[in-house]
Amino acid sequence: MNPALTIARRELAGYFQSPVAYVFLVIYLLLSGFFTFMVGGFFERGTSSLEAFFIWQPWLYLFLVPAVGMRLWSEERRMGTLELLLTMPVTPLQAILGKYLAAWLVIAAALALTFPLVLTVNYLGTPDNGVILAGYIGSLLLGGAYLSIACLTSATTRNQVVSFIVSVVVCLFLLLAGWPPVTDLLVQWADPAFVQLVSSLSVMTHFQSITKGVLDSRDVLYFASVIVFCLFTTGVILRTERAN
Amino acid sequence: MIQARNLTKTFGPKVAVDGISFTLEKGEVLGFLGPNGAGKSTTMRMVTGYLPPTSGEILISNLNLATRPVAARRLIGYLPENAPSYSDMTVEGFLRFAANMRGLSGESAKRALGRAVELCFLQPVLHQGIETLSKGYRHRICFAQSIIHDPDILILDEPTDGLDPNQKHEVRSLIKSMGRTKAILFSTHILEEVEAACTRAVVIDRGRIVANGTPEDLKARSPEAGAITISTSKPMDSALAGLAGVRKTSQLENGRLRIYPVEKLSSAELVAGLLAAAQKAGVDVYDIRIEEGRLDDVFRSLTISDTKEVRP
Ligand SMILES: Nc1ncnc2c1ncn2[C@@H]1O[C@H](COP(=O)(O)OP(=O)(O)O)[C@@H](O)[C@H]1O
Ligand SMILES: [Mg+2]
Repeated sequence: MNPALTIARRELAGYFQSPVAYVFLVIYLLLSGFFTFMVGGFFERGTSSLEAFFIWQPWLYLFLVPAVGMRLWSEERRMGTLELLLTMPVTPLQAILGKYLAAWLVIAAALALTFPLVLTVNYLGTPDNGVILAGYIGSLLLGGAYLSIACLTSATTRNQVVSFIVSVVVCLFLLLAGWPPVTDLLVQWADPAFVQLVSSLSVMTHFQSITKGVLDSRDVLYFASVIVFCLFTTGVILRTERAN
Repeated sequence: MIQARNLTKTFGPKVAVDGISFTLEKGEVLGFLGPNGAGKSTTMRMVTGYLPPTSGEILISNLNLATRPVAARRLIGYLPENAPSYSDMTVEGFLRFAANMRGLSGESAKRALGRAVELCFLQPVLHQGIETLSKGYRHRICFAQSIIHDPDILILDEPTDGLDPNQKHEVRSLIKSMGRTKAILFSTHILEEVEAACTRAVVIDRGRIVANGTPEDLKARSPEAGAITISTSKPMDSALAGLAGVRKTSQLENGRLRIYPVEKLSSAELVAGLLAAAQKAGVDVYDIRIEEGRLDDVFRSLTISDTKEVRP
Protein backbone atom coordinates (compact mmCIF):
# COMPACT_ATOMS: atom_id res chain seq x y z
CA MET A 1 0.00 0.00 0.00
CA ASN A 2 1.10 3.53 -0.65
CA PRO A 3 2.75 4.96 2.49
CA ALA A 4 0.43 7.98 2.31
CA LEU A 5 -2.53 5.65 2.75
CA THR A 6 -0.79 3.79 5.58
CA ILE A 7 -0.30 7.11 7.31
CA ALA A 8 -3.89 8.13 6.64
CA ARG A 9 -5.17 4.89 8.11
CA ARG A 10 -3.05 5.27 11.23
CA GLU A 11 -4.18 8.84 11.64
CA LEU A 12 -7.82 7.94 11.18
CA ALA A 13 -7.52 5.15 13.74
CA GLY A 14 -5.95 7.72 16.05
CA TYR A 15 -8.98 9.98 15.69
CA PHE A 16 -11.44 7.23 16.44
CA GLN A 17 -9.43 5.63 19.24
CA SER A 18 -9.35 8.87 21.17
CA PRO A 19 -12.51 10.83 21.95
CA VAL A 20 -11.52 13.56 19.47
CA ALA A 21 -13.54 12.29 16.53
CA TYR A 22 -16.64 11.43 18.56
CA VAL A 23 -16.62 14.71 20.43
CA PHE A 24 -16.24 16.48 17.12
CA LEU A 25 -19.07 14.56 15.46
CA VAL A 26 -21.48 15.02 18.37
CA ILE A 27 -20.76 18.70 18.82
CA TYR A 28 -20.96 19.31 15.11
CA LEU A 29 -24.30 17.55 14.77
CA LEU A 30 -25.77 19.22 17.84
CA LEU A 31 -24.68 22.67 16.78
CA SER A 32 -25.75 22.11 13.19
CA GLY A 33 -29.18 21.08 14.42
CA PHE A 34 -29.40 23.98 16.81
CA PHE A 35 -28.43 26.60 14.24
CA THR A 36 -30.49 25.11 11.46
CA PHE A 37 -33.71 24.74 13.40
CA MET A 38 -33.52 27.30 16.19
CA VAL A 39 -31.50 30.17 14.76
CA GLY A 40 -31.78 29.51 11.05
CA GLY A 41 -35.55 29.08 11.13
CA PHE A 42 -35.60 25.95 9.01
CA PHE A 43 -39.36 25.53 9.24
CA GLU A 44 -40.30 29.20 9.29
CA ARG A 45 -38.58 29.79 5.97
CA GLY A 46 -41.32 27.91 4.24
CA THR A 47 -39.04 26.94 1.39
CA SER A 48 -37.85 23.43 0.94
CA SER A 49 -34.08 23.88 0.87
CA LEU A 50 -31.12 23.41 3.17
CA GLU A 51 -30.15 27.07 3.08
CA ALA A 52 -30.73 27.35 6.81
CA PHE A 53 -28.22 24.55 7.30
CA PHE A 54 -25.46 25.63 4.90
CA ILE A 55 -25.52 29.26 5.94
CA TRP A 56 -24.00 28.33 9.30
CA GLN A 57 -21.30 26.00 8.04
CA PRO A 58 -18.53 28.61 7.72
CA TRP A 59 -19.08 29.65 11.35
CA LEU A 60 -19.30 26.15 12.75
CA TYR A 61 -16.22 25.02 10.87
CA LEU A 62 -14.36 28.05 12.12
CA PHE A 63 -13.89 26.32 15.48
CA LEU A 64 -14.49 22.69 14.72
CA VAL A 65 -12.13 22.21 11.82
CA PRO A 66 -9.09 23.72 13.58
CA ALA A 67 -9.96 21.43 16.52
CA VAL A 68 -9.64 18.45 14.18
CA GLY A 69 -6.50 19.72 12.49
CA MET A 70 -4.57 21.16 15.43
CA ARG A 71 -2.94 17.87 16.33
CA LEU A 72 -1.77 16.91 12.86
CA TRP A 73 1.86 18.02 13.15
CA SER A 74 2.13 19.59 16.58
CA GLU A 75 1.47 16.22 18.18
CA GLU A 76 4.16 14.59 16.05
CA ARG A 77 6.56 17.29 17.07
CA ARG A 78 5.65 17.08 20.75
CA MET A 79 6.02 13.30 20.90
CA GLY A 80 9.19 13.27 18.80
CA THR A 81 7.58 10.90 16.30
CA LEU A 82 8.20 13.38 13.50
CA GLU A 83 11.77 12.12 13.42
CA LEU A 84 10.53 8.56 13.21
CA LEU A 85 7.98 9.32 10.50
CA LEU A 86 10.28 11.35 8.28
CA THR A 87 13.10 8.82 8.43
CA MET A 88 10.81 6.11 7.10
CA PRO A 89 10.74 5.64 3.35
CA VAL A 90 8.14 8.30 2.58
CA THR A 91 8.41 11.69 0.98
CA PRO A 92 7.27 14.63 3.11
CA LEU A 93 4.52 15.22 0.55
CA GLN A 94 3.15 11.72 1.06
CA ALA A 95 3.20 12.21 4.81
CA ILE A 96 1.40 15.55 4.54
CA LEU A 97 -1.22 14.20 2.15
CA GLY A 98 -1.81 11.10 4.25
CA LYS A 99 -2.43 13.04 7.42
CA TYR A 100 -4.50 15.66 5.67
CA LEU A 101 -6.65 13.06 3.99
CA ALA A 102 -7.44 11.38 7.32
CA ALA A 103 -8.55 14.63 8.93
CA TRP A 104 -10.60 15.53 5.88
CA LEU A 105 -12.36 12.18 6.09
CA VAL A 106 -13.37 12.98 9.66
CA ILE A 107 -14.98 16.18 8.41
CA ALA A 108 -16.58 14.34 5.51
CA ALA A 109 -17.97 11.78 7.95
CA ALA A 110 -19.54 14.58 9.98
CA LEU A 111 -21.12 16.04 6.87
CA ALA A 112 -22.36 12.64 5.80
CA LEU A 113 -24.11 12.21 9.14
CA THR A 114 -26.33 15.20 8.38
CA PHE A 115 -28.14 13.09 5.76
CA PRO A 116 -31.40 13.06 7.81
CA LEU A 117 -31.73 16.74 6.88
CA VAL A 118 -31.74 15.82 3.21
CA LEU A 119 -34.35 13.15 3.83
CA THR A 120 -36.44 15.60 5.85
CA VAL A 121 -36.58 18.30 3.19
CA ASN A 122 -37.32 15.72 0.54
CA TYR A 123 -40.13 14.36 2.70
CA LEU A 124 -41.60 17.78 3.44
CA GLY A 125 -41.37 19.21 -0.05
CA THR A 126 -39.61 19.06 -3.36
CA PRO A 127 -36.21 20.74 -2.95
CA ASP A 128 -33.68 21.24 -5.73
CA ASN A 129 -31.35 18.36 -4.85
CA GLY A 130 -28.73 19.76 -7.22
CA VAL A 131 -28.44 22.83 -5.02
CA ILE A 132 -28.21 20.62 -1.96
CA LEU A 133 -25.43 18.58 -3.56
CA ALA A 134 -23.60 21.78 -4.45
CA GLY A 135 -23.98 22.86 -0.82
CA TYR A 136 -22.38 19.65 0.37
CA ILE A 137 -19.54 19.96 -2.12
CA GLY A 138 -19.03 23.56 -1.04
CA SER A 139 -18.96 22.51 2.61
CA LEU A 140 -16.44 19.81 1.90
CA LEU A 141 -14.22 22.28 0.06
CA LEU A 142 -14.64 24.87 2.79
CA GLY A 143 -13.74 22.30 5.44
CA GLY A 144 -10.78 21.23 3.33
CA ALA A 145 -9.54 24.81 3.06
CA TYR A 146 -9.83 25.46 6.79
CA LEU A 147 -8.16 22.14 7.44
CA SER A 148 -5.21 22.97 5.23
CA ILE A 149 -4.75 26.15 7.24
CA ALA A 150 -4.88 24.17 10.49
CA CYS A 151 -2.37 21.72 9.00
CA LEU A 152 -0.03 24.59 8.21
CA THR A 153 -0.26 26.21 11.64
CA SER A 154 0.18 22.89 13.41
CA ALA A 155 3.47 22.41 11.58
CA THR A 156 4.81 25.58 13.15
CA THR A 157 4.42 24.59 16.79
CA ARG A 158 4.54 21.66 19.15
CA ASN A 159 1.69 23.16 21.13
CA GLN A 160 -1.79 22.13 19.99
CA VAL A 161 -3.50 25.05 21.72
CA VAL A 162 -1.31 27.58 19.95
CA SER A 163 -1.91 25.74 16.70
CA PHE A 164 -5.68 25.90 17.29
CA ILE A 165 -5.81 29.58 18.16
CA VAL A 166 -3.63 30.68 15.25
CA SER A 167 -5.64 28.69 12.74
CA VAL A 168 -8.95 30.04 14.09
CA VAL A 169 -7.63 33.57 13.72
CA VAL A 170 -6.44 32.96 10.15
CA CYS A 171 -9.71 31.27 9.20
CA LEU A 172 -11.70 34.06 10.81
CA PHE A 173 -9.78 36.60 8.79
CA LEU A 174 -10.46 34.70 5.55
CA LEU A 175 -14.10 34.49 6.54
CA LEU A 176 -14.68 38.11 7.54
CA ALA A 177 -12.92 39.51 4.49
CA GLY A 178 -15.97 38.58 2.46
CA TRP A 179 -18.73 38.69 5.03
CA PRO A 180 -21.27 41.31 3.90
CA PRO A 181 -21.44 43.23 7.22
CA VAL A 182 -17.67 43.68 7.09
CA THR A 183 -17.44 44.48 3.39
CA ASP A 184 -20.30 46.97 3.74
CA LEU A 185 -18.30 48.70 6.44
CA LEU A 186 -15.11 48.61 4.40
CA VAL A 187 -16.68 50.26 1.38
CA GLN A 188 -17.21 53.41 3.42
CA TRP A 189 -13.45 53.91 3.76
CA ALA A 190 -11.75 52.06 1.02
CA ASP A 191 -11.78 51.98 -2.73
CA PRO A 192 -14.57 49.61 -3.82
CA ALA A 193 -12.16 47.87 -6.18
CA PHE A 194 -9.94 47.15 -3.21
CA VAL A 195 -12.87 45.82 -1.18
CA GLN A 196 -13.80 43.70 -4.14
CA LEU A 197 -10.28 42.29 -4.26
CA VAL A 198 -10.20 41.54 -0.54
CA SER A 199 -13.55 39.84 -0.60
CA SER A 200 -12.52 37.74 -3.57
CA LEU A 201 -9.86 36.30 -1.30
CA SER A 202 -12.47 35.33 1.25
CA VAL A 203 -13.82 31.83 1.72
CA MET A 204 -17.23 33.36 2.36
CA THR A 205 -17.65 34.78 -1.13
CA HIS A 206 -16.77 31.51 -2.80
CA PHE A 207 -18.68 29.34 -0.40
CA GLN A 208 -21.85 31.37 -0.83
CA SER A 209 -21.59 31.29 -4.56
CA ILE A 210 -21.29 27.49 -4.54
CA THR A 211 -24.19 26.99 -2.14
CA LYS A 212 -26.41 28.99 -4.48
CA GLY A 213 -26.16 25.94 -6.70
CA VAL A 214 -23.64 27.05 -9.29
CA LEU A 215 -20.47 25.04 -9.16
CA ASP A 216 -18.33 27.66 -10.84
CA SER A 217 -14.82 26.49 -11.71
CA ARG A 218 -13.39 29.72 -10.28
CA ASP A 219 -14.80 28.91 -6.85
CA VAL A 220 -13.51 25.36 -6.98
CA LEU A 221 -10.17 26.68 -8.17
CA TYR A 222 -10.10 29.12 -5.26
CA PHE A 223 -10.51 26.38 -2.66
CA ALA A 224 -8.11 24.11 -4.49
CA SER A 225 -5.46 26.83 -4.52
CA VAL A 226 -5.88 27.56 -0.81
CA ILE A 227 -5.45 23.86 -0.07
CA VAL A 228 -2.48 23.38 -2.38
CA PHE A 229 -0.82 26.53 -1.11
CA CYS A 230 -1.22 25.60 2.54
CA LEU A 231 -0.10 22.01 2.13
CA PHE A 232 2.87 23.09 0.08
CA THR A 233 3.78 25.66 2.73
CA THR A 234 3.44 22.97 5.38
CA GLY A 235 6.11 21.05 3.49
CA VAL A 236 8.32 24.11 3.33
CA ILE A 237 7.90 24.70 7.06
CA LEU A 238 8.73 21.10 7.92
CA ARG A 239 11.82 21.32 5.75
CA THR A 240 13.16 24.67 6.92
CA GLU A 241 12.47 23.62 10.50
CA ARG A 242 14.95 20.80 10.05
CA ALA A 243 17.42 22.71 7.92
CA ASN A 244 17.29 25.48 10.55
CA MET B 1 27.39 0.64 3.56
CA ILE B 2 27.69 4.13 4.99
CA GLN B 3 30.14 6.71 3.78
CA ALA B 4 29.97 10.09 5.43
CA ARG B 5 32.25 12.80 4.17
CA ASN B 6 32.97 16.04 5.92
CA LEU B 7 29.60 16.37 7.61
CA THR B 8 28.95 19.74 9.14
CA LYS B 9 25.83 20.98 10.86
CA THR B 10 25.31 24.40 12.34
CA PHE B 11 22.34 25.62 14.34
CA GLY B 12 22.52 29.37 14.04
CA PRO B 13 25.92 30.30 15.44
CA LYS B 14 26.33 26.90 17.11
CA VAL B 15 28.49 24.36 15.30
CA ALA B 16 27.03 21.03 16.39
CA VAL B 17 28.95 18.84 13.97
CA ASP B 18 32.22 20.06 12.57
CA GLY B 19 33.64 18.06 9.66
CA ILE B 20 32.96 14.46 10.60
CA SER B 21 33.89 11.71 8.15
CA PHE B 22 33.56 8.00 8.69
CA THR B 23 32.70 4.78 6.91
CA LEU B 24 30.84 1.73 8.08
CA GLU B 25 30.87 -1.70 6.45
CA LYS B 26 28.71 -4.77 6.77
CA GLY B 27 29.77 -6.88 9.73
CA GLU B 28 30.90 -3.87 11.72
CA VAL B 29 29.45 -2.39 14.87
CA LEU B 30 30.64 1.17 15.13
CA GLY B 31 30.21 2.93 18.45
CA PHE B 32 29.89 6.69 18.69
CA LEU B 33 31.29 7.64 22.02
CA GLY B 34 31.21 11.11 23.41
CA PRO B 35 29.93 13.35 26.19
CA ASN B 36 26.45 14.88 26.06
CA GLY B 37 26.27 17.59 23.47
CA ALA B 38 29.19 16.21 21.48
CA GLY B 39 27.13 15.96 18.31
CA LYS B 40 26.41 12.22 18.21
CA SER B 41 22.65 12.57 17.75
CA THR B 42 23.01 15.36 15.23
CA THR B 43 25.36 13.20 13.15
CA MET B 44 22.92 10.29 13.28
CA ARG B 45 20.03 12.53 12.31
CA MET B 46 21.97 13.56 9.24
CA VAL B 47 22.88 9.99 8.34
CA THR B 48 19.24 8.88 8.62
CA GLY B 49 18.13 11.75 6.41
CA TYR B 50 16.19 13.61 9.08
CA LEU B 51 18.44 16.66 9.19
CA PRO B 52 19.99 17.93 5.99
CA PRO B 53 23.70 18.57 6.57
CA THR B 54 24.92 22.15 6.32
CA SER B 55 27.70 20.71 4.19
CA GLY B 56 29.12 17.31 3.40
CA GLU B 57 27.90 14.20 1.67
CA ILE B 58 26.38 10.91 2.77
CA LEU B 59 26.26 7.72 0.72
CA ILE B 60 24.06 4.87 1.90
CA SER B 61 25.01 1.72 0.04
CA ASN B 62 26.29 4.02 -2.74
CA LEU B 63 23.00 5.93 -2.90
CA ASN B 64 23.43 9.62 -2.33
CA LEU B 65 21.13 10.51 0.55
CA ALA B 66 20.56 14.00 -0.81
CA THR B 67 19.31 12.85 -4.19
CA ARG B 68 17.85 9.39 -3.46
CA PRO B 69 16.47 9.91 0.06
CA VAL B 70 13.60 7.42 -0.03
CA ALA B 71 15.59 4.59 -1.59
CA ALA B 72 18.42 5.17 0.89
CA ARG B 73 16.10 5.27 3.91
CA ARG B 74 14.56 1.95 2.92
CA LEU B 75 17.88 0.30 3.84
CA ILE B 76 18.06 1.88 7.27
CA GLY B 77 16.42 1.05 10.57
CA TYR B 78 16.56 3.91 13.05
CA LEU B 79 16.05 4.20 16.77
CA PRO B 80 15.99 7.92 17.51
CA GLU B 81 17.14 9.37 20.81
CA ASN B 82 14.46 8.99 23.52
CA ALA B 83 12.77 6.22 21.51
CA PRO B 84 9.63 8.02 20.34
CA SER B 85 6.48 6.07 19.44
CA TYR B 86 2.81 6.83 18.90
CA SER B 87 1.59 6.53 22.46
CA ASP B 88 -2.08 6.39 21.46
CA MET B 89 -1.54 3.06 19.69
CA THR B 90 -1.17 -0.46 20.98
CA VAL B 91 2.22 -2.12 20.67
CA GLU B 92 0.89 -4.39 17.96
CA GLY B 93 -0.79 -1.54 16.09
CA PHE B 94 2.36 0.52 16.16
CA LEU B 95 4.59 -2.29 14.95
CA ARG B 96 2.11 -3.19 12.22
CA PHE B 97 2.14 0.44 11.13
CA ALA B 98 5.95 0.38 11.02
CA ALA B 99 5.87 -2.83 8.99
CA ASN B 100 3.34 -1.39 6.54
CA MET B 101 5.41 1.75 6.17
CA ARG B 102 8.32 -0.48 5.25
CA GLY B 103 6.28 -2.05 2.49
CA LEU B 104 5.45 -5.24 4.36
CA SER B 105 1.85 -6.42 4.40
CA GLY B 106 -0.23 -9.50 5.05
CA GLU B 107 1.76 -12.61 5.88
CA SER B 108 5.18 -10.98 5.57
CA ALA B 109 4.14 -8.19 7.95
CA LYS B 110 2.89 -10.79 10.39
CA ARG B 111 6.16 -12.71 10.27
CA ALA B 112 8.24 -9.55 10.62
CA LEU B 113 6.14 -8.48 13.58
CA GLY B 114 6.49 -11.85 15.27
CA ARG B 115 10.25 -11.81 14.86
CA ALA B 116 10.68 -8.27 16.19
CA VAL B 117 8.37 -8.98 19.12
CA GLU B 118 10.37 -12.06 20.01
CA LEU B 119 13.76 -10.36 19.73
CA CYS B 120 12.63 -7.47 21.90
CA PHE B 121 10.62 -9.51 24.42
CA LEU B 122 7.39 -7.63 23.80
CA GLN B 123 5.04 -10.61 23.89
CA PRO B 124 3.55 -9.81 27.32
CA VAL B 125 2.46 -6.29 26.32
CA LEU B 126 1.54 -6.84 22.68
CA HIS B 127 -2.06 -5.71 23.05
CA GLN B 128 -1.48 -2.96 25.57
CA GLY B 129 -1.62 0.74 24.82
CA ILE B 130 1.88 2.20 24.57
CA GLU B 131 1.04 5.08 26.90
CA THR B 132 0.44 2.62 29.75
CA LEU B 133 3.91 1.09 29.48
CA SER B 134 7.17 1.75 31.30
CA LYS B 135 10.12 3.52 29.79
CA GLY B 136 12.00 0.26 29.31
CA TYR B 137 9.16 -1.17 27.27
CA ARG B 138 8.79 1.96 25.18
CA HIS B 139 12.45 1.81 24.40
CA ARG B 140 12.22 -1.76 23.23
CA ILE B 141 9.09 -0.96 21.21
CA CYS B 142 10.95 1.67 19.27
CA PHE B 143 13.88 -0.69 18.93
CA ALA B 144 11.53 -3.36 17.55
CA GLN B 145 10.27 -0.82 15.05
CA SER B 146 13.82 -0.21 13.86
CA ILE B 147 14.52 -3.87 13.11
CA ILE B 148 11.10 -4.84 11.81
CA HIS B 149 12.15 -4.83 8.15
CA ASP B 150 15.45 -6.58 8.90
CA PRO B 151 17.45 -3.66 7.51
CA ASP B 152 21.04 -3.89 6.33
CA ILE B 153 21.89 -0.77 8.27
CA LEU B 154 20.87 -0.08 11.84
CA ILE B 155 21.33 3.29 13.45
CA LEU B 156 20.66 3.30 17.17
CA ASP B 157 20.86 6.47 19.23
CA GLU B 158 21.56 5.43 22.82
CA PRO B 159 19.84 2.07 22.50
CA THR B 160 20.33 1.12 26.14
CA ASP B 161 19.25 4.41 27.65
CA GLY B 162 16.57 3.91 30.29
CA LEU B 163 16.92 0.14 30.47
CA ASP B 164 17.68 -1.85 33.61
CA PRO B 165 20.98 -3.76 33.79
CA ASN B 166 19.47 -7.03 32.54
CA GLN B 167 17.81 -5.34 29.62
CA LYS B 168 21.01 -3.45 28.85
CA HIS B 169 22.82 -6.74 28.70
CA GLU B 170 20.17 -8.23 26.38
CA VAL B 171 20.27 -5.28 24.02
CA ARG B 172 24.07 -5.33 23.88
CA SER B 173 24.14 -9.02 23.01
CA LEU B 174 21.46 -8.41 20.41
CA ILE B 175 23.50 -5.62 18.83
CA LYS B 176 26.58 -7.76 18.87
CA SER B 177 24.90 -10.73 17.23
CA MET B 178 23.08 -8.64 14.63
CA GLY B 179 26.34 -6.87 13.89
CA ARG B 180 27.69 -9.97 12.21
CA THR B 181 25.31 -9.59 9.28
CA LYS B 182 24.51 -5.89 9.34
CA ALA B 183 26.22 -2.55 9.55
CA ILE B 184 25.39 -1.04 12.92
CA LEU B 185 26.06 2.45 14.16
CA PHE B 186 25.17 3.18 17.74
CA SER B 187 25.88 5.96 20.16
CA THR B 188 26.44 5.84 23.85
CA HIS B 189 28.14 7.62 26.66
CA ILE B 190 28.54 4.37 28.58
CA LEU B 191 32.04 3.06 28.15
CA GLU B 192 31.45 -0.60 28.96
CA GLU B 193 28.99 -0.64 26.11
CA VAL B 194 31.72 0.11 23.63
CA GLU B 195 33.84 -2.72 24.96
CA ALA B 196 30.90 -5.08 25.10
CA ALA B 197 29.46 -4.56 21.63
CA CYS B 198 31.66 -2.61 19.22
CA THR B 199 34.15 -3.75 16.68
CA ARG B 200 35.26 -0.15 16.26
CA ALA B 201 34.68 3.08 18.11
CA VAL B 202 34.82 6.72 17.27
CA VAL B 203 35.22 9.26 20.03
CA ILE B 204 33.44 12.52 19.28
CA ASP B 205 33.94 15.73 21.15
CA ARG B 206 32.51 19.14 20.34
CA GLY B 207 31.49 18.04 16.87
CA ARG B 208 34.81 16.51 15.86
CA ILE B 209 36.22 13.01 15.80
CA VAL B 210 39.07 12.91 18.29
CA ALA B 211 39.84 9.19 18.13
CA ASN B 212 38.96 6.26 15.91
CA GLY B 213 39.92 2.64 16.41
CA THR B 214 39.06 -0.70 17.96
CA PRO B 215 38.23 -0.61 21.67
CA GLU B 216 41.67 -2.17 22.27
CA ASP B 217 43.41 0.55 20.26
CA LEU B 218 41.65 3.16 22.30
CA LYS B 219 42.43 1.51 25.59
CA ALA B 220 46.08 1.32 24.62
CA ARG B 221 46.10 5.11 24.61
CA SER B 222 45.45 5.15 28.32
CA PRO B 223 48.40 6.18 30.49
CA GLU B 224 47.77 3.00 32.46
CA ALA B 225 48.04 0.78 29.41
CA GLY B 226 51.01 -1.61 29.66
CA ALA B 227 51.68 -0.82 33.32
CA ILE B 228 52.12 -3.78 35.65
CA THR B 229 50.25 -4.23 38.88
CA ILE B 230 51.85 -6.56 41.36
CA SER B 231 50.79 -7.81 44.75
CA THR B 232 53.48 -9.31 46.97
CA SER B 233 54.16 -10.66 50.47
CA LYS B 234 56.71 -7.94 51.31
CA PRO B 235 57.47 -4.50 49.90
CA MET B 236 59.32 -4.78 46.62
CA ASP B 237 61.68 -1.82 47.19
CA SER B 238 64.84 -3.90 47.58
CA ALA B 239 63.97 -6.13 44.62
CA LEU B 240 63.31 -3.14 42.40
CA ALA B 241 66.52 -1.38 43.34
CA GLY B 242 68.67 -3.20 40.81
CA LEU B 243 66.04 -3.61 38.07
CA ALA B 244 66.43 -1.75 34.81
CA GLY B 245 63.53 -0.59 32.66
CA VAL B 246 61.31 0.88 35.38
CA ARG B 247 60.13 4.33 34.47
CA LYS B 248 58.16 5.01 37.62
CA THR B 249 56.17 3.25 40.32
CA SER B 250 53.13 4.17 42.28
CA GLN B 251 51.75 2.61 45.43
CA LEU B 252 48.10 1.49 45.24
CA GLU B 253 45.80 0.46 48.09
CA ASN B 254 46.06 -3.04 49.66
CA GLY B 255 49.82 -3.01 49.29
CA ARG B 256 49.69 -3.34 45.52
CA LEU B 257 52.30 -1.62 43.45
CA ARG B 258 51.97 -0.30 39.92
CA ILE B 259 55.11 -0.28 37.83
CA TYR B 260 55.43 1.55 34.53
CA PRO B 261 57.99 0.27 32.04
CA VAL B 262 60.27 2.64 30.13
CA GLU B 263 59.14 3.20 26.61
CA LYS B 264 61.37 0.77 24.75
CA LEU B 265 60.71 -2.14 27.09
CA SER B 266 57.67 -4.35 26.52
CA SER B 267 55.42 -5.16 29.44
CA ALA B 268 56.08 -8.87 29.11
CA GLU B 269 59.84 -8.36 29.40
CA LEU B 270 59.32 -6.29 32.51
CA VAL B 271 57.12 -8.98 34.02
CA ALA B 272 59.86 -11.54 33.49
CA GLY B 273 62.43 -9.19 35.03
CA LEU B 274 60.17 -8.46 37.98
CA LEU B 275 59.50 -12.12 38.71
CA ALA B 276 63.21 -12.92 38.61
CA ALA B 277 64.04 -9.97 40.86
CA ALA B 278 61.31 -10.91 43.32
CA GLN B 279 62.57 -14.44 43.54
CA LYS B 280 66.13 -13.28 44.13
CA ALA B 281 64.98 -10.94 46.93
CA GLY B 282 62.83 -13.69 48.51
CA VAL B 283 59.53 -11.91 47.90
CA ASP B 284 56.47 -14.05 47.17
CA VAL B 285 54.36 -12.78 44.27
CA TYR B 286 50.64 -13.29 44.89
CA ASP B 287 49.35 -11.65 41.76
CA ILE B 288 50.83 -9.91 38.77
CA ARG B 289 49.14 -8.55 35.69
CA ILE B 290 49.51 -6.21 32.78
CA GLU B 291 46.98 -3.37 32.65
CA GLU B 292 45.00 -3.09 29.41
CA GLY B 293 44.32 0.54 30.07
CA ARG B 294 40.95 1.94 30.92
CA LEU B 295 38.59 3.44 28.41
CA ASP B 296 37.34 6.06 30.82
CA ASP B 297 40.83 7.47 31.28
CA VAL B 298 41.14 7.77 27.52
CA PHE B 299 37.67 9.22 27.29
CA ARG B 300 38.40 11.83 29.90
CA SER B 301 41.71 12.81 28.41
CA LEU B 302 40.16 13.19 24.93
CA THR B 303 36.89 14.95 25.66
CA ILE B 304 35.56 17.93 27.50
CA SER B 305 32.11 17.44 28.95
CA ASP B 306 29.09 19.42 27.94
CA THR B 307 30.08 22.21 25.67
CA LYS B 308 28.21 25.31 26.61
CA GLU B 309 30.23 27.94 24.85
CA VAL B 310 29.40 29.00 21.33
CA ARG B 311 32.25 28.78 18.92
CA PRO B 312 32.40 30.98 15.84
N1 LIG C 1 17.69 21.59 16.93
C1 LIG C 1 18.75 22.15 17.53
N2 LIG C 1 18.83 23.49 17.64
C2 LIG C 1 19.90 24.07 18.23
N3 LIG C 1 20.95 23.41 18.75
C3 LIG C 1 20.93 22.07 18.70
C4 LIG C 1 19.83 21.36 18.08
N4 LIG C 1 20.10 20.05 18.16
C5 LIG C 1 21.28 19.92 18.79
N5 LIG C 1 21.78 21.13 19.12
C6 LIG C 1 23.08 21.38 19.78
O1 LIG C 1 24.06 20.68 19.11
C7 LIG C 1 24.98 20.09 20.01
C8 LIG C 1 25.08 18.61 19.77
O2 LIG C 1 23.89 17.98 20.20
P1 LIG C 1 23.63 16.43 20.07
O3 LIG C 1 23.96 16.01 18.70
O4 LIG C 1 22.25 16.18 20.55
O5 LIG C 1 24.69 15.83 21.10
P2 LIG C 1 24.80 14.38 21.70
O6 LIG C 1 23.78 13.50 21.05
O7 LIG C 1 26.19 13.96 21.42
O8 LIG C 1 24.54 14.49 23.16
C9 LIG C 1 24.49 20.43 21.40
O9 LIG C 1 25.25 21.49 21.90
C10 LIG C 1 23.08 20.85 21.19
O10 LIG C 1 22.72 21.84 22.11
MG1 LIG D 1 22.27 12.46 21.89
